[in-house]
Amino acid sequence: MSRVARDPSRPVTSLELVCPAGTPAALRTAVDAGAHTVYCGFRDETNARNFPGLNFNREELRDGVAYAHDHGADVLVAINTFPAAGNLDPWYRAIDDAARLGADAVILADIGLVEYAKDNAPNIRRHLSVQAAASTPEGINYYANNFGIARVVLPRVLTLPEIKELNRHTEVETEVFVFGGLCVMAEGRCSLSSYVTGKSPNKTGVCSPASHVAYEETGAGLASKLGGFTINRFAQGEPAGYPTLCKGRFAANDKVSYLFEEPVSLNLLEMLPEVADAGVTALKIEGRQRGKAYVEKVVKAFRRAVDALEKGQQLDAAAIADLTEGGQETAGAYRKAWH
Amino acid sequence: MSIDGKDAKITLGPLLFNWPEAKRRDFYFRVADEADVDSVILGEVVCSKRTPFMTKLWEEVIERMRAAGKEPIMSTQALILSSREMGWMRDIVADPGIYYEANDIAVADMLKGRPHLIGPMMNVYNEGTLATLARGGADRVCLPFEMSGETTAVIAKAGIMEVEAFVYGRMPLAIAARCYHARAYNLPKDNCRYVCNLHNDGMTVDTLEGKPFLTVNGTQTMSYTVNNLAAEIPQYLEMGVSRFRISPHDVDIVRIADLFRGVLLGRVEPQQVLDETEGLVDGAPNSNGFFYDEEGLRYKVAE
Repeated sequence: MSRVARDPSRPVTSLELVCPAGTPAALRTAVDAGAHTVYCGFRDETNARNFPGLNFNREELRDGVAYAHDHGADVLVAINTFPAAGNLDPWYRAIDDAARLGADAVILADIGLVEYAKDNAPNIRRHLSVQAAASTPEGINYYANNFGIARVVLPRVLTLPEIKELNRHTEVETEVFVFGGLCVMAEGRCSLSSYVTGKSPNKTGVCSPASHVAYEETGAGLASKLGGFTINRFAQGEPAGYPTLCKGRFAANDKVSYLFEEPVSLNLLEMLPEVADAGVTALKIEGRQRGKAYVEKVVKAFRRAVDALEKGQQLDAAAIADLTEGGQETAGAYRKAWH
Repeated sequence: MSIDGKDAKITLGPLLFNWPEAKRRDFYFRVADEADVDSVILGEVVCSKRTPFMTKLWEEVIERMRAAGKEPIMSTQALILSSREMGWMRDIVADPGIYYEANDIAVADMLKGRPHLIGPMMNVYNEGTLATLARGGADRVCLPFEMSGETTAVIAKAGIMEVEAFVYGRMPLAIAARCYHARAYNLPKDNCRYVCNLHNDGMTVDTLEGKPFLTVNGTQTMSYTVNNLAAEIPQYLEMGVSRFRISPHDVDIVRIADLFRGVLLGRVEPQQVLDETEGLVDGAPNSNGFFYDEEGLRYKVAE
């Protein structure tokens, strides 16, 4: 049972902060830094951050749940890839085990799995993953009416006014990404990575995987490549970024540009009052692949901001500046001008 | 249950590109009169801004297809972003006499209780999801582009509904709220001047070395390669796939349909189809990698 989400003593204006726990150590760090809720995944293809060195085995999840619950935090388990036909058992087991080990909710994307969870693990809350790309009240209500989902993580395709409007037409809690990596495409509906590498978020839980990345010195600078294709090129002294496919430099219409998106990350810290006004229940921080120091810094900054908001205080400008890391930031699809 | 090629059906998929109305009309009238296809999918899948101009044309084309003995199917948007767009979807699916393709769960839900087609933009990766959708009335599915042959076989053999495979055309790989066509022309989406109509098969995206990489079609990002599964058709028939989808391009689509029909009937060698179609669309090569669970852009010669 999600104690945070259902705690009647919390004011209606309070926002639940949902934080990444890529490893057991990151889980403890996030909880200590003030996360209301953490999310994690099992160490296999059942979750969309299936990276080497990340995630939890069953015992680690049991311990992580105990630690979080002792400190008043909830644990959500992401089981948000799409199982291939004929091999559903690992996903069914993941749902069964998340429930058995005391997690507070499972985050699911596949329609068949949501139905399985409703029928076979009815006591664990069901959240709809961003990977399901449910962008409309009608789509969300389909999952609510048929499978009793309690919450939806919204795809990053809607503006804040659109989210406010959406919240007027569904009883389902909404959770939005507020910080970290940013998909430009509708999540869960992108096969760009598998087109180039054979591995995709939907099938294997990876995007632009490191196994297919190469850096090559060329006459024109250092080229970052994915699956043999140049995704970007950097002049001497320019910091070389990771070749995430949709954040590369390409030529179209006789012009070289970051056609899909600049190598930016999302940061809505300054916009939290507007986010709260849009009627969302929870704020999600991306970054299960990030280290403990990063998790601690981001979670603390957002927790301070959420608490300040709850008390009607101004947000701390210094905390915001401290988060930016010198990288480019965006409010992404939440602002109309981005589209 | 394997399928006899004589019983297999060919579907012409929805036109994904923004062709001018006159070109569209000519295309569909020719398809009605000359193309050896069983079903023709109409409607706008990619961008709602293109839709308002076409309602009358669709009415006309539906009649024409029926008169020609072809099944008209109306498709719907892949990504629905506003209540206004949802209202249009509701209007589109209002005719009980028409068979529809859903590309979003919200539309599939509107079609509940009526037979309908689950389009390839919906995430159907397994028999569990398909069984759930079947209980809502779906009776045909065109599987996602990245689906392997092996997984397709499991789904087809489960016998839950008729299975269609996408065998010809550039593959839609992603959809976004952002319009990359407008972006490439330094235009805001709200004032896009419909620049997506400048490229009849989409706008080529090159790497910095000038190597063709992807294709942009408005808010949709597609493969540069042209998916061509002519050589895999015998395997598809064996596993029970009964429908084959050809996606419209600015090529002689009547000839393409004839070639694929020839393969289904055993009259044309798949190699002839591959040879004749290679490079037809913007010089782009054929690909079939997803069928073999490999990179989608690759062409793998069957052993």
